[in-house]
Amino acid sequence: MKKLFVLLFSSFILLDAVAQVDKGNLLIKNGTVITITKGNLEQTDVLIKDGKITQIGKNITAPAGIKIVDASGHFVMPGIIDAHTHIALDGINEGTNPITPEVNESDVINPFQIGIYRALGGGITTVHAMHGSANAIGGQCETIKLRYGTFDPEVLKMDGAPRTIKFALGENPTRSHGEGSGIVPRTRMGVEFVIRQAFTEAKEYSEKWNQYNKSKLVKGFRGAPPVYSYRHEVLSDILNDKIIVHCHSYRADEIYMMLKVCKDFGIKRIVFQHVNEGFKVAPELAAQGAMASVFSDWWAYKFEVYYSTAYNAAILAKNGVVTSINSDDGEMMRHLYHEAGKTQKYGGLSDEEALALITINPAKQLGIDNRVGSLEVGKEADIAIFKNHPLSIYGVPMFTIVDGIIRFDREKDPDDMRLMVDPKQAIETATFRDKLSDQDHCMEGAEFILDSELFNANKK
Amino acid sequence: MKGLQTIMGLLTAIVCIVVLRVEAQSPKGKYGNVALTNATIETVTKGTIQNGTVLIVDGKITAVGSNVSIPTGTEVIDCKGQFIYPGMIDAGTNLGLSEISSVARTTDFNEIGEVIPQMKALTAVNPNASAIPVTRVSGVTTALSIPTGGMLSGTAALINLHGYTPDQMFAGFEGIVLNFPNTGRRGFFDRRTDEEIKKASDKALASLNDVWEKATQYQKLDSATKGKAGYYPELQALIPVLRGEQTLLVEVNASKDIQAALKWLKEKKVKKSILTGVAEGWRVADEIAKSGIPVITGGVLELPTRDYDRYDKAYANPGLLKKAGVKVAIKSESNNNNYRNLPYHAGFAVAYGMNKEDALKAVTIIPAELFGVANKLGSIEVGKSATLFICNGDPFETKTQVSHVFIEGWSMPMVSRQTELYNEFLKREPGVKK
Repeated sequence: MKKLFVLLFSSFILLDAVAQVDKGNLLIKNGTVITITKGNLEQTDVLIKDGKITQIGKNITAPAGIKIVDASGHFVMPGIIDAHTHIALDGINEGTNPITPEVNESDVINPFQIGIYRALGGGITTVHAMHGSANAIGGQCETIKLRYGTFDPEVLKMDGAPRTIKFALGENPTRSHGEGSGIVPRTRMGVEFVIRQAFTEAKEYSEKWNQYNKSKLVKGFRGAPPVYSYRHEVLSDILNDKIIVHCHSYRADEIYMMLKVCKDFGIKRIVFQHVNEGFKVAPELAAQGAMASVFSDWWAYKFEVYYSTAYNAAILAKNGVVTSINSDDGEMMRHLYHEAGKTQKYGGLSDEEALALITINPAKQLGIDNRVGSLEVGKEADIAIFKNHPLSIYGVPMFTIVDGIIRFDREKDPDDMRLMVDPKQAIETATFRDKLSDQDHCMEGAEFILDSELFNANKK
Repeated sequence: MKGLQTIMGLLTAIVCIVVLRVEAQSPKGKYGNVALTNATIETVTKGTIQNGTVLIVDGKITAVGSNVSIPTGTEVIDCKGQFIYPGMIDAGTNLGLSEISSVARTTDFNEIGEVIPQMKALTAVNPNASAIPVTRVSGVTTALSIPTGGMLSGTAALINLHGYTPDQMFAGFEGIVLNFPNTGRRGFFDRRTDEEIKKASDKALASLNDVWEKATQYQKLDSATKGKAGYYPELQALIPVLRGEQTLLVEVNASKDIQAALKWLKEKKVKKSILTGVAEGWRVADEIAKSGIPVITGGVLELPTRDYDRYDKAYANPGLLKKAGVKVAIKSESNNNNYRNLPYHAGFAVAYGMNKEDALKAVTIIPAELFGVANKLGSIEVGKSATLFICNGDPFETKTQVSHVFIEGWSMPMVSRQTELYNEFLKREPGVKK
């Protein structure tokens, strides 16, 4: 009896520690398989066992009882990865201080958002759920898999994905803090200063702890430990290459500034986000191994994106920068394949190069390219199946599969896919996108500190 | 001998300077008689012509067909393997009125006031707006530039995307914009209760009725006094609509608002009207069809308006409206100056159910008809304005390249600031080291 109790008790602990993620078995028959890393394979099957790709080849014999998806005439590609989103989150901006690495999106994951399902409808399987851009050093972000249907926020998390954090340069932090609250930074000079200051303090903090940890081993040591600061712990983790920096930025000067900060503080892994003027400093980005995650063609919604070009992704890619295309938007997210296609119009990228922008490249930027981002044996079975080529305007995602489980089926899914209905929700009220609002969604939840004329106009 | 060398050197220098100066200038539009030969011509109204010629003389299309004789002295552009389409018309933009949407001092689309139909978009169209070349090099040649905000926001104007004054750009249509009282939410920040929304929209409808009543009275007075009813600019601006001479562009999106707008237009006996936006049109498509009122819908690349709606409803909306028998044009709608994406809005409508031919019409001949300019724009036909583009494939396909654009016979330079940045920065010099 006691034994059973111990067993039960320990299994509860286990459940608590590791979320139970459903994994499926599946055979996808006869599609054109776009592997991304190893070319295209015509009329080929993909076998999935326990959520992983176990075989890719022609005429694979179906194991007994396995579910089969007929992909004849369809295109089978890796699930699309969006390196910049704010979906599935209940809080986006802790806009109360220019430096807030102590907050973590991991604490506010909302598995009920219909946006998760809508993203599946666009062939998306993994997203980077990010903190907003109100702060120069924002909060930690979470890489999630779109396992829509679960009620458990833990299940959405991509267990084992590297830690990431949001930084932000330019207009958003300066208008949030300088204009909004009258504190540094109000300019790009101030943004550089607050970041350097934070890192310098973090270095001092680590040194104090190192000193203490060393000293306390000496017999007879009687000193007190330094004051614990989670903020400085996280900053130290960045300096020690334990966290990938994802830095919201637009203008070439601020990107260049941040490259120098990284050099000075020994930060190796940085992905610039949006990075509309990345094309101007593409050689510098490439030389330092910095990566870029960009919009396909957004521009002119604020001054720092006025001198943008839709050729940005192509220029970056051709200069050797690992580049991805992201959405930062619940709508655009649903057609990242089309956004990637625009690099063929604007810069003539090949099919392989264009599709890498939404698969293996964002996987590299999130540090998960050993697990997802291409169709290879041993990788996780995150797959999108398209009617018509995914880079064609007529491409339509038909199935989206996460860990071998079909999470989106265009033919079979009912219209209403909500997991939860709020009894107080007004069912007749529709929502329409505001035509005057800013288009990057990095400022959601931080409007209260803005004094922008436009926001005030909207509030009316 | 030395003198000759000096002279030669000097000449070389002068030639260099001249060449450099020419290169430094922004390229201009070019006007002349041109024959576009060996093309696949998508006329839109009269089918497809293989291996055909379009002849442009004095800014007009003077011949279309497979057997066109080319007058001597005409420039010939061989379009082998290429396609000719009429210029696309985006029936919902603020082109020329907005440089940077969130910087108020660079925008001119929202004047102060709830009832200001007399505010004319054409006045504020900046012919040198950076978005104009960006848009036209993708084959969008004509745009309705619309004032927004308030209830009666102003007078929208149809413009061709080439010219140095608003009048040179004017494409022959103006319409009054009405934002019909709205029961929808405006986005994540709109936290009004249902009661507050209802109250606001009821109040707006009452005030619209009040304005309309005043305008009707004013129009009677105006007729009786032969135009001497006094200076009431906002009421004066509504007279052409009341007389059925001008179109009322009714922006309306939620299904019950669409129903209310249809009822209102019938009650007020508005003769010329177009519904715009119409995001939830599919919900009441039959009623719209029955009313006979045409629709300019879009953007198509939008989210469903309600959480419980099917994920692809916004993409399917144009096709569902068309299927119900509504006359449908497609607009792009964008607050980041991306009107160049109009063909992709149409393309998504096709991917999610609309007939391809109907989608092409929805961005060419149908908006031309709705704006009463189908005698000039919207198809490749003899007598029409030479407003067209040449491309290497289906214009809705993402990778299709547009090689030439003609607007009223003017051949457009195929450059914009975005292409110039590409040329400068693709292989930047100096690179990392100077």
